[in-house]
Amino acid sequence: MTTPVLSVRGLVKRYQQRTVLDGVDLDVREHEVVVLIGSSGSGKSTLLRCVNLLEELDDGQVVLDGTDVSDPRADPDAARRRMGIVFQAFNLFPHMTVLDNITLAPREVHGTPRAAAERTARELLSRMGLAAHAADYPDRLSGGQQQRVAIARALAYSPRLLLLDEVTSALDPELVGEVLALVRELAAQGMTILMATHEMGFARQVADRVCFLDGGRLIEEGPPDQVFGTPRHERTRQFLRRITEAGRL
Amino acid sequence: MSVSELQRERAAYRRSRARRSTAVALVSTLVFAVAAYLAVTRAPGWPRVRDSFFDPATAWRALPAVLDGLWLNLRVLFVCGTVILVLALGVAALRTLRGAVWFPLRLLATAYVDLFRGVPLIITLYLVGFGLPALRLTGVPNDYVVLGGVALVLTYTAYVAEVFRAGIESVHPSQVAAARSLGLGHRKTMRLVVLPQAVRRVTPALLNDFVALQKDCGLISVLGAVDAVRAAQIEQAASYNFTPYVVAGLLFVLLAVPSARLADAAARRAAHRQGAR
Repeated sequence: MTTPVLSVRGLVKRYQQRTVLDGVDLDVREHEVVVLIGSSGSGKSTLLRCVNLLEELDDGQVVLDGTDVSDPRADPDAARRRMGIVFQAFNLFPHMTVLDNITLAPREVHGTPRAAAERTARELLSRMGLAAHAADYPDRLSGGQQQRVAIARALAYSPRLLLLDEVTSALDPELVGEVLALVRELAAQGMTILMATHEMGFARQVADRVCFLDGGRLIEEGPPDQVFGTPRHERTRQFLRRITEAGRL
Repeated sequence: MSVSELQRERAAYRRSRARRSTAVALVSTLVFAVAAYLAVTRAPGWPRVRDSFFDPATAWRALPAVLDGLWLNLRVLFVCGTVILVLALGVAALRTLRGAVWFPLRLLATAYVDLFRGVPLIITLYLVGFGLPALRLTGVPNDYVVLGGVALVLTYTAYVAEVFRAGIESVHPSQVAAARSLGLGHRKTMRLVVLPQAVRRVTPALLNDFVALQKDCGLISVLGAVDAVRAAQIEQAASYNFTPYVVAGLLFVLLAVPSARLADAAARRAAHRQGAR
């Protein structure tokens, strides 16, 4: 078997006394879509931030394509160049146009000439139906459009791995669909994705593998039909029951 | 567009209210102005004050010299203003550096800001203006205009650096996270993402400091530089009439008004932007 794109080993993260991640092991293989589920505070977002090295680990490793990128001697920027992350709150740069947001990393980090970077960005935008908004500032766009721009920004330098942190949680219900459709399309094209979500129906359709996080531990993982259909762990059953009662499945 | 009877009646009511408040404002301003005029002109010492502070002939005579001096103030203002902006941004950036290597620089920047924000400007002016040349180091200028400018820069850079730092710290950490996640290093994150947003946010505060600098430029006169204030003093000494000071004061006010309006407009624009988000 080939080396996984991402391999998380024994990951521990604490904030002061609180242990947010308590020894997480997780592999993501090429072209695989792995979905993290679990209640708020279970550590999904922290896991994604740790993988992107935005947080300092308290123990364990993050291994990207066989290299330990969490080693303090390794250059975190070099690792981040191979990953894209999309945040719940979009975090677009408000002082830049949509086009500049997307071309920033290619131009400033990857040394792509502006013309080539803009060509790629425009292609991405037209694929997302946002070609008309290239020159707009982010605050002129709807939440769904902003989130799609954020996804384009993360894709602009063709990352090996795309991290999606509850990308639809800050959106109005009628805007969720357009973002999920885009993620579905990316998954179909073979993008390697690790995502946290509360959209269980979507997770069930798109995931190759579902991981249930509870109290900072990965307590159950498997194909979506198994995790959603015949969960083995009591905590998973409880969680799914609560979700079903809330009408989200 | 058709408007309902109800809306027409309401619009008429609003118009009449607006007319009424304009009228009230007009009358109260007039009453206040007349009262102030009477209070001043009926004061027992008014005739003497009028002659020694508001003498048109002296004002006219002093105007060319004071204007000449003001031109010096203006040049000092623009040179110092530019230098202050650049240095302050540098000091603010130093104070946000992390990492052990930068500790001495960070410490130095902090000590500098604490020191020069604390020392009254006039003392800095004396120390730089009279103390620095007294050292007789080669290369230290002995032109009072330059030395005065140096003192202004020292004091104002400390203030403006703090304004910039406040702006830098007001940029949400998620913006830094987004920039770092794209692979941008600390410096590029600062230069391309944090600073542009910070500078926009602090523009009103910067313009406010600019207005303050505008009039503090007049303090270089204490070193003997012949600026508007010094020119007024010379005219005053020749005529024993204080009108030249009033002339200089008015000119400084005239200078400050456009900057103040600019500051207001910038603040309004910033508030509008915040509201729009």
